[in-house]
Amino acid sequence: MLKINNLHAAIDGKDILKGLNLEVADGEVHAIMGPNGSGKSTLAQVLAGRETFTVTDGSVDWDGTDLLALPAEERARAGLFLAFQYPVEIPGVSNAYFLKAAVNAVRRHRGLPEFDAMDFLAKVKAEMKAVGMKEEFLYRSVNEGFSGGEKKRNEVLQMALLEPRLAVLDETDSGLDIDALKIVAEGVNRLRSPERSMIVITHYQRLLDYIVPDKVHVLSQGRIVRSGGRELALELEEHGYGWIDTAQGGKAGGASAGARP
Amino acid sequence: MNAPTRSDAIGAFLEQDYAAGFVTTLETDTVPKGLSEDVIRLISARKGEPDWLLDWRLEAYRHWLTMTPPKWAAVQFPPVDFQDIVYYSAPKSKKDGPKSLDEVDPELLRTFEKLGVPLHERARLAGVAVDAVFDSVSVATTFKKELGEHGVIFCSFSEAVKEHPELVRQYLGTVVPPEDNFYAALNSAVFSDGSFVFIPKGVKCPMELSTYFRINARDTGQFERTLIIAEEGASVSYLEGCTAPMRDENQLHAAVVELIALDDAKIKYSTVQNWYPGDKDGKGGIYNFVTKRGDCRGARSHISWTQVETGSAITWKYPSVILRGDSSVGDFHSVALTNNLQQADTGTKMIHMGRNTRSTILSKGISAGRGSNTFRGLVKVTPKAEGARNYTQCDSLLIGDRCAAHTFPTIEVRHPTAHVEHEATTSRIGEDQLFYAMQRGISAEDAVSMIVNGFCREVFKELPMEFAVEAQKLLGVSLEGSVG
Ligand SMILES: Nc1ncnc2c1ncn2[C@@H]1O[C@H](COP(=O)(O)OP(=O)(O)OP(=O)(O)O)[C@@H](O)[C@H]1O
Ligand SMILES: [Mg+2]
Repeated sequence: MLKINNLHAAIDGKDILKGLNLEVADGEVHAIMGPNGSGKSTLAQVLAGRETFTVTDGSVDWDGTDLLALPAEERARAGLFLAFQYPVEIPGVSNAYFLKAAVNAVRRHRGLPEFDAMDFLAKVKAEMKAVGMKEEFLYRSVNEGFSGGEKKRNEVLQMALLEPRLAVLDETDSGLDIDALKIVAEGVNRLRSPERSMIVITHYQRLLDYIVPDKVHVLSQGRIVRSGGRELALELEEHGYGWIDTAQGGKAGGASAGARP
Repeated sequence: MNAPTRSDAIGAFLEQDYAAGFVTTLETDTVPKGLSEDVIRLISARKGEPDWLLDWRLEAYRHWLTMTPPKWAAVQFPPVDFQDIVYYSAPKSKKDGPKSLDEVDPELLRTFEKLGVPLHERARLAGVAVDAVFDSVSVATTFKKELGEHGVIFCSFSEAVKEHPELVRQYLGTVVPPEDNFYAALNSAVFSDGSFVFIPKGVKCPMELSTYFRINARDTGQFERTLIIAEEGASVSYLEGCTAPMRDENQLHAAVVELIALDDAKIKYSTVQNWYPGDKDGKGGIYNFVTKRGDCRGARSHISWTQVETGSAITWKYPSVILRGDSSVGDFHSVALTNNLQQADTGTKMIHMGRNTRSTILSKGISAGRGSNTFRGLVKVTPKAEGARNYTQCDSLLIGDRCAAHTFPTIEVRHPTAHVEHEATTSRIGEDQLFYAMQRGISAEDAVSMIVNGFCREVFKELPMEFAVEAQKLLGVSLEGSVG
């Protein structure tokens, strides 16, 4: 269970998150939508422990631990995964080497034996097949020169390998062709389980045809201003975000979820 | 939030212990501080040298007196007081020096063992012959007999002067003449020991040769001289390693290395330099002012320099190749790392004189902390060097934002058929890369060493196997605490 309470975060003295509340129960998939610049990626990165953002107020409780007290790598090892909106290139480091280091860091933390090269290759090749990635991507530098869609698949591959307890997907569907979108969605659906929660950030309700969320939230100006079921996404698609601010006046967690304007 | 900050993580990573920083306590035979003709006579007498060599030293000394230290390098340090240095210090031993390992002071053997260079029979590095130089003298050379069976001479420089004076006289100073530069002249006047290698015609040296240099005594300079000759069709791979204790004063190391390759000969010279770099505030450390030059004297000869430079407070060094023979080949592969307040001004010169000569320069500079790293390269194609080719690639990697990297490539082409290519890149290990790795459970330290090793891979693969692993570890240690 993830409980975000009154979260405030700033960068360079500029407040981005301004009292954000959100609860995600085990096994649930929540979608977050919202206009450009509303703070969706900021939320994702603050959860993942990026230190360029300063948490100025609020708390995040994750199954009884104070998430904000952990450094980024410990959050990752404890099972928090972020699929980046803009995956980072690391020249000179092969994808295979990077993935193996990541998987083994997480396995060490969980008290599991580390994979040797053979075990790892067998595992990674199977997962690559599932996300439709060619083997050559193992031997290229991490994300270097990957197309937008290839980078996104590489994120899903890493998620599958790391088997997180909480996955945050930041616009993993953006820039994907329709086939890739289905593959990504399948990747996510395969990971769905009663003990695994997910936060899926997206601009397109189309993704939610494939990944059916338990809840949909609208983030605007650093706060959740509306929460509802799947139908909220359809409304947003139809009417845009304009009506939310006027109808709800920015009030968090609107009572009449899904109500038409 | 009470999570440690990333700059802490990076800081902790760059701070490290210098494992080779201990001092060995021994009785020594030490000449008083200062430099004069008398001191040179004393050194020469201690070593029982012939008159011609003493005269050679004195001539170099007289020339040195007319010279001034070079000022053009991008390094800064207070002037060195050359009268405040001890020019000769040797562990006391039985009169003529040890004849076998049994006669070597056990304290010395333990020192080298502690440094990972065991000298006694059973523990020797498999397939590697070692010459161990401690302060001013060579204390032991291993595998001499086995090498002798192939006609290979591998011994200390002093021994070569005694046993093979004609070879020493024929080649000494023919690549780096005493008047070449300030530090070469100083070295020629006061050099105390070093290694001598001679590979006769047609012989492929059956094992790796290596010299391990250790500075131990306080206030002592190390001035070693290495001379390697590969006759027609001969080949050899040679490696040097260096360490020194941690001391608050700066110590001077001014070596000269000369390589000579005759027709079809090949010399591969690798260095893993880990002299004490000084502490994180820049106190102490070795001044490493070295002249290294190879002469591809014969046709189709090949000289290859590979260096991994992680130590020293200041490094001033430009291993070069004179491509005299037609179709000769010169290579320079370098990784130079500066952390904290270290300064490195290093690079190479490729002088194309013969026809169809080729050279490759691959330089990887890594700067962390407040380190400063300069690459200086000269590619010169003389009027007779028809069909000369050079490829230069010069990459810099910055860790953090207080360090600096500079490149000064100079190209002088005097023949229209020459083909010279230069590429340079600069990259920085970014906070975004570290965060990405950390988000995958990889620590910042591991992420940095992953990126650094990826950056250096092309150079590491030029090192002999065992040493590639060493070099990789050394970089990890030298970078500890640099993430910030
Ligand atoms: N490093 C930064 N410096 C200054 N402002 C920043 C920085 N990073 C983010 N911001 C600002 O924070 C706000 C929220 O950005 P964020 O990336 O969280 O938006 P988003 O909801 O993910 O938008 P999008 O839908 O376009 O991805 C934006 O106004 C952005 O300009
Ligand atoms: Mg975003």
